[in-house]
Amino acid sequence: MTFLQFIFYLLAAIAVIAGLKMISVKNPVQAALWLVLAFISTAGIWLIAQAEFLGLALILVYVGAVMVLFLFVVMMLDINVAQFKEGFTRYLPLGVLTAAAIFALMYLVLGPQRFGLEQVTPPKSLAEAESNTLALAIPLYTEHVYAFILAAVLLLVGIVAAITLTLRRRPNTEVLYQDIDQQIKTRAEDRFEMVKMPPTVEQPLPEKEKEE
Amino acid sequence: MNFVIPSFTPAIPEIVLLTLTSLLLVADTMWSKRYEFATYYATQVILVIVGALILTSFTTETVTTFDGSFVRDAFADILKLAIVVISLGLFLFSKEYLLQAKFYRGEYFTLGLFSVLGMFVMVSAHNLITLYLGLEIMSLAIYTMVAMRKDHSAALEAALKYFVLGALATGMLLYGFSMLYGATGQVAFDAMAAVIDAGEVDHVVLSFAVVFIVIGLAFKLGAVPFHMWVPDVYHGAPTAVTLFIGTAPKIAAFAILYRLLAEALPGAVMDWQPLLVILSVLSLLVGALVPIVQNNLKRLLAYSGIGHIGFLMLGLIAANPDGYASAMVYTLIYAFMGLAAFGLITVLARTGHEFDRVDDFKGMNQRNPWLALMMLFVMFSMAGIPPFIGFYAKVVVIEEVVQAGFVWLAVLAVVSAVISAFYYLRVVKVMYFDAPQDTMKVEPVARHLTWAISLVAVALLVFGLFPSWVIDLGYHSLS
Repeated sequence: MTFLQFIFYLLAAIAVIAGLKMISVKNPVQAALWLVLAFISTAGIWLIAQAEFLGLALILVYVGAVMVLFLFVVMMLDINVAQFKEGFTRYLPLGVLTAAAIFALMYLVLGPQRFGLEQVTPPKSLAEAESNTLALAIPLYTEHVYAFILAAVLLLVGIVAAITLTLRRRPNTEVLYQDIDQQIKTRAEDRFEMVKMPPTVEQPLPEKEKEE
Repeated sequence: MNFVIPSFTPAIPEIVLLTLTSLLLVADTMWSKRYEFATYYATQVILVIVGALILTSFTTETVTTFDGSFVRDAFADILKLAIVVISLGLFLFSKEYLLQAKFYRGEYFTLGLFSVLGMFVMVSAHNLITLYLGLEIMSLAIYTMVAMRKDHSAALEAALKYFVLGALATGMLLYGFSMLYGATGQVAFDAMAAVIDAGEVDHVVLSFAVVFIVIGLAFKLGAVPFHMWVPDVYHGAPTAVTLFIGTAPKIAAFAILYRLLAEALPGAVMDWQPLLVILSVLSLLVGALVPIVQNNLKRLLAYSGIGHIGFLMLGLIAANPDGYASAMVYTLIYAFMGLAAFGLITVLARTGHEFDRVDDFKGMNQRNPWLALMMLFVMFSMAGIPPFIGFYAKVVVIEEVVQAGFVWLAVLAVVSAVISAFYYLRVVKVMYFDAPQDTMKVEPVARHLTWAISLVAVALLVFGLFPSWVIDLGYHSLS
């Protein structure tokens, strides 16, 4: 085993263990941290495969942004962990059985006899000066520009969806809103009405009261 | 680096749709207070513009652009036109429902338009990446539309189920895609088919990929045994959204099924054909038996929709151009019947009363004879009783599957159609022979809705009298 292979197996083992821990630990914050570990070891595997841009993007985007955001959400929400895990043991046998069956099928298919170096040509070893970023960027903005724009549309739909589902306008009875349209349209005559009234003439007091 | 700027002309309908929808998204925030229904009218105008653009540039030849990630052919154009026509109808039926259910919001229409855009992308997808992105754009918009009614716990439950199972299906589909890419080294459908034809692909890996892809698609289509979400989502979602889920997305889902199985994987037909046979048989059985005991019309139609998916797959099982064409005809007709059936429920709903139980239709003939007749048209058409168009839809798929040599499957399909006639006729019986619980006249909120629903339902009869129009549409575009 070469040193590179040793690193690969080490990182792969960490990723698998972290993945298992992520779905089995009770505390959601710990689960998120295990997921971070899984991401970091996967990023390491990408670095070995000379895909340094993807590896760094994984750390920057997922570990740096998404998971931190997720941790904030988990910490802010008061999640009842016991309730969260309620059906876990009940569904565990069925889940394990399904997972084992799928894993067995995958093991039969995805072995070295089909994806070994005899069947698949080994990946090209890139020169040191070769830029990974450039190699990704050029197809992204030329060949796959349509998909690139669609991905942007998908993000836009995501934003609209998130706002639609979380924006709650409080009803006008609770909060008094300023309706600028209405305010500008207001005319003086709607608010203030001049009413013509006959003047009231003061009656002279009767004689008797005068004396008093 | 010699990069040629791709031709944008074939994609003009999509480009216009995206631009106008984005403009509407901004405009809606500004004008929604001043002019209540501006967004609704703008939505309809946008759909008409896009439909007109497709119609004027209708093409019978196959054009690909954006380096082979986008394809435009007669198949795509016809399906897109059908999506536009059905969307026009479903927004028309939805507007009054949203007002009655008190959750009229401009986002319903903008998200609906984004979902239509996603369907367009799916229909025109020519590689795995765009197909996936189109599917996600459509699904994400629909998940949100299901959850939009925040005070309604059934709708939220439906949204959550739909989202979680949809995510699982997406995971399956993506895993299959990655295997397919690993096996062929291609993302574009035609290149993939060429590699498979040349025999340079490990067959085990290919069938492994096909299994995951078919399961993912079956989840999205709601075929048995991946149908668990369908009844709950159809039932829990607000009727206007059920109307949306049950119609136009089916066309798009059929399109990706065709693009993937028939265009990219014709070389793996021995792998996906048996899988479709299993899915189809189970769907036909569940679609025939389970609705018999349903009392909620939305749930009943959800299960019957599962049966219709089983029928649709018969055409694909035939695995030849004529078979695909018959499945396309079935999809178009089913989407149209769904529009009529769910549309009728949608327009009858009032504030606080969904009008979605079979009991609500008791004595409908006395309460509103004309609408009862329309419902009868829809039910007869769905049951496949001549001379309604639903009959011819069933005839073409069964004919193709017999010609492909699956006589037993055709027999099973006919038997299931006969059984399912029972519950469709039960609705008719309830309308005509049961005493009404309430003698008050029922009518849609607005008069133009009666006209619209009559137009759709009568069209089922008219097309049934002249079925060759619809059938030729499918056969000319595919075979």
